[in-house]
Amino acid sequence: MTELICIVCPKGCHLHVDEENGFAVTGNSCARGSEYGQTEMKNPTRVLTSVVRMSGGSAHCCPVKTNGGIPKKDIFAAMDLLKDVILTAPVAIGDRIVPDICGTGIAWVATKDIE
Amino acid sequence: MYDVLIIGCGIVGAAAAYQLSRYQLSVCVCERYNDVANGCTKANTAILHAGFDCPVGSLEARLNLRGIELAKEICEKLDVERISMPTFIIAYDNPRELQYIEELYRRGVSNGVQGLRIVDRDEALCLEPALNPNIKAALYAPGSGIVNPWEYCIAMAETAVINGAQVKLESEVTAIEKKDGYFVVTTTSGVYEARYVVNAGGGWSAQVYELVGGHGLHQTNFAGQYFVLDKSQGEKLHSIIFPCPDEHGFKGICVTPTVHGNLLVGPDCYEAADGDHVGTDPSTLENLKAEGHRSMPGIDFREVIHEYAGVRPNTQIPDFVIGEAPECPHFINLAGIKSPGLSSAPAIAEELETILRGCGLEMKRKEQFVDSRKRIRFRSLDEEAKREAIRKNSLYGRIICRCETVTEGEIVEAIHRPIVPRSVDAIKRRCNAGMGRCQGGFCGPRVHEILARELGVSQQEILMDEQGSFLLTSVIKEQQEEETANENRV
Amino acid sequence: MRTEYDVIIVGGGPAGLAAACSAKETGAEHVLVIERDKEAGGILNQCIHNGFGLHYFKEELTGPEYAARFVKKAKSLGVSVMLDTMVLSVERGGVSASDGAGASGEERPWHVVTACNTAYGLVRLTGKAVVLAMGCRERPRGAVAIPGDRPAGIFTAGTAQRYMNIEGFMVGRRVVILGSGDIGLIMARRMTLEGAKVLACVELMPYCNGLNRNIVQCLNDYGIPLYLSHTVTNVEGLQRVERVTVSQVGSDRKPIQGTEIIFDCDTLLLSVGLIPENELTKQAGIPLDPATRGAVVHENMETKEPGVFSCGNVVHVHDLVDFVTAESQRAGKAAAEYAAGGSCGAGGRELSLKKGDHITYTVPQSIRLKNVEKNVEVSFRVNEILKDMEIQVLDNDKIICRYPREYMAPGEMEHVAVPRVLLEKASGDTLCVSVAPRKTDQVPACPERNENKEVLP
Repeated sequence: MTELICIVCPKGCHLHVDEENGFAVTGNSCARGSEYGQTEMKNPTRVLTSVVRMSGGSAHCCPVKTNGGIPKKDIFAAMDLLKDVILTAPVAIGDRIVPDICGTGIAWVATKDIE
Repeated sequence: MYDVLIIGCGIVGAAAAYQLSRYQLSVCVCERYNDVANGCTKANTAILHAGFDCPVGSLEARLNLRGIELAKEICEKLDVERISMPTFIIAYDNPRELQYIEELYRRGVSNGVQGLRIVDRDEALCLEPALNPNIKAALYAPGSGIVNPWEYCIAMAETAVINGAQVKLESEVTAIEKKDGYFVVTTTSGVYEARYVVNAGGGWSAQVYELVGGHGLHQTNFAGQYFVLDKSQGEKLHSIIFPCPDEHGFKGICVTPTVHGNLLVGPDCYEAADGDHVGTDPSTLENLKAEGHRSMPGIDFREVIHEYAGVRPNTQIPDFVIGEAPECPHFINLAGIKSPGLSSAPAIAEELETILRGCGLEMKRKEQFVDSRKRIRFRSLDEEAKREAIRKNSLYGRIICRCETVTEGEIVEAIHRPIVPRSVDAIKRRCNAGMGRCQGGFCGPRVHEILARELGVSQQEILMDEQGSFLLTSVIKEQQEEETANENRV
Repeated sequence: MRTEYDVIIVGGGPAGLAAACSAKETGAEHVLVIERDKEAGGILNQCIHNGFGLHYFKEELTGPEYAARFVKKAKSLGVSVMLDTMVLSVERGGVSASDGAGASGEERPWHVVTACNTAYGLVRLTGKAVVLAMGCRERPRGAVAIPGDRPAGIFTAGTAQRYMNIEGFMVGRRVVILGSGDIGLIMARRMTLEGAKVLACVELMPYCNGLNRNIVQCLNDYGIPLYLSHTVTNVEGLQRVERVTVSQVGSDRKPIQGTEIIFDCDTLLLSVGLIPENELTKQAGIPLDPATRGAVVHENMETKEPGVFSCGNVVHVHDLVDFVTAESQRAGKAAAEYAAGGSCGAGGRELSLKKGDHITYTVPQSIRLKNVEKNVEVSFRVNEILKDMEIQVLDNDKIICRYPREYMAPGEMEHVAVPRVLLEKASGDTLCVSVAPRKTDQVPACPERNENKEVLP
């Protein structure tokens, strides 16, 4: 049995995950909490956010996020993919900045419109 | 070859340069920091003392009284924030304190201070309702005032520059060599020659004096800590309050408004090892709160926005040490300028002029001497004047510091003045941006950006204050130290 | 340029934008948002992390995405937005023209908003109603009296966030964070991801001020230690921070000698609290609540000055933008109704809310029954971590409704919806909100959605 604090929403439920019983989750107050508890034990993932540099234009940076959870072990590798990226305006929310992060099929996407 | 080289551009060095720039002399001021007003002038109580406190017959007494008269005139001409307000030395119902204010009264009268009176509790409270109602009597001195110490120094230094003096920043004096009829002064920015050298080294004046073989002056600096409170507290008080000294003779914690409308509580007094870098500690600050409340019970210390510590550049000699060095002709000490140094500064400069004449420097007035300075303070303009300012320069329409209502126009104007501010705090001292309740939390990055833009340098080159006080470590995603990056991945 | 508006909103962050959209949707014709920054969205623009919008949009957005949705909505609704403009004062003006008179025929004053920018200079704008949505500011070092030297390298977490996320600069390499507010925790992760080493997060109180999820995903994920009941007792460094000393504190919150830990670092970030930014409110003579440091407000977010409303972090500091949105929508709707001459709620029965045990404040502070439809939303915070308690609304000593809670913490704002039918039964003009150990008998718990804390518009 492992105790976890759910990070799906700000409520922060205290979950109990029973590894010996098919990763059964208790202590959650919604279905997403149960899903989180299982994933966190089997293959924990995180949505990452960062900024990338812009050249020219009015904004110095464009904020970005991963459009899905990245395996925790790949977090710094995912960050490294942004090191050499320099964008030029215009950028729109949802634009794919790095299409595939470490073979996960998850992309870095822009989270702001920059004209 | 300069006629006069002044070491140090605090309030004394700036006043000296301003005074000498009236004459056909080549004057140079060497300042080791990257801005003027960066030592003792930066952190003090900002009071123009009435002069009752100085020992009778001392240099301090004479120069203080003359200094505050000159301050009125200079602040008016050079557009420096100064407000006249009375001082109260409050006495509780005990013989020691009541005797003390009587003695101060007699001392003040001997010093020539005008308007001094002993007032009873009721009159004192009528004149200043914020005083502690438990007092028995007070010495009332109407001739004092408060000033913006940075602006006072900057204004005099700028005016000196406009009139031909040079101010060399980041020029710490490391050696002085006496040649035949002149000095060779080695600094961190270059080697300069001058016929006369003036020591206005503030907390380091004994060390500067030692560079010419001067002995017998020992710096015994005292530090003191202060609280700055929000304007909500400053507006409660319209006078300067001092308690009576304690049994050990310590002058006591002052409570005073500032010219910006804040409230200042401090300083205490303890020996400082360093001539300029002093920190704050929690127990001292707790004591300030208790003492502040004793003078003015209405202070709400939840409204503290800032704490700082300052140094009083004392020497073992109880008075100012002013005069030509006995062991080194043409080297003039303006040393040991502790309180009331800010009050005395322009009078010390007059004294310097007399000394220089006395040791043979010929002084001829310049035909043209610029003796005025004007600043736009957007916040204090009326509505029509605000409109006009923005019409002339639209940058006055953009507020950068929202706590103090400081516009981009004021900041840009300050950057292009004769002594160029190169740090975020240098802008704070000139325009008040970042002085308010958020302490630069919002406007700091914006001032930073404006400085970089106007000076044509990268933002990474802009400092918080003195040399080495860098704010940014790199551009994001560019070289962070590998070691820290690797540590995270373990 | 138009100078007369139905509703003028001071501040174009999440609160101001939500209020503006609601005012428009309620029927106000001319709605103006005045924003001091060069873009709308307020602090959300620098909050690039995700976790916004779970309540309101039912999906997880980043700050800029959440802001963009409201900016877009405001635009499509025809809200005017004046950017790069600072409001200097809000005052009561003359009596409005006949169209502004209330339904009951009373004369209502205009509100004069003086603002300036580089394009128009100093302008005087008039609004039938005004919404104050200026947000909050961070407590600086001076307000928490951190001892030691005064070198560069001490930043409030929000200032560091701006440098990193908007300006694109790193502010340090080795970092200690004082305070466990959410921005501090978020910045711990943010700086770590960008290559800095965060050595410690230090909290004076015996509990974390941020959300649990942020402890997990910002600190635990990266092995950053959280020191509860600790504080910074010295900062060393002449030009730039070189060392920070951290000490344990006793139950009196005073440092314990001999517990010092020294961190070699170049940066100290402060996340030690937020203060509503009410200078305009004070200047306008509108009463503030010393507990919230925001305006005293009625049930519809109207201040004590008729026609002036206030919402979002300028009223009380929120944890979640979703709740700011919900509160601001109420303010925007009420402002539009007021501007249209609708009831301002005066004249009817008014109940004031007092804070009881464990409660640090309530918003609103007063309820005018006339304006309550079905429920009135009451928000508050508790003063310590509490388990198995219930929130009680008391009429003198009588419990009129109760809301069980398994867990409450000062870092998490609480909300209850009090039904109008129960308010009407109050015997006096004061109700008290209090927290007490859970009881199982007496009045049944209110059958509402409080246990999962959903508050939907």
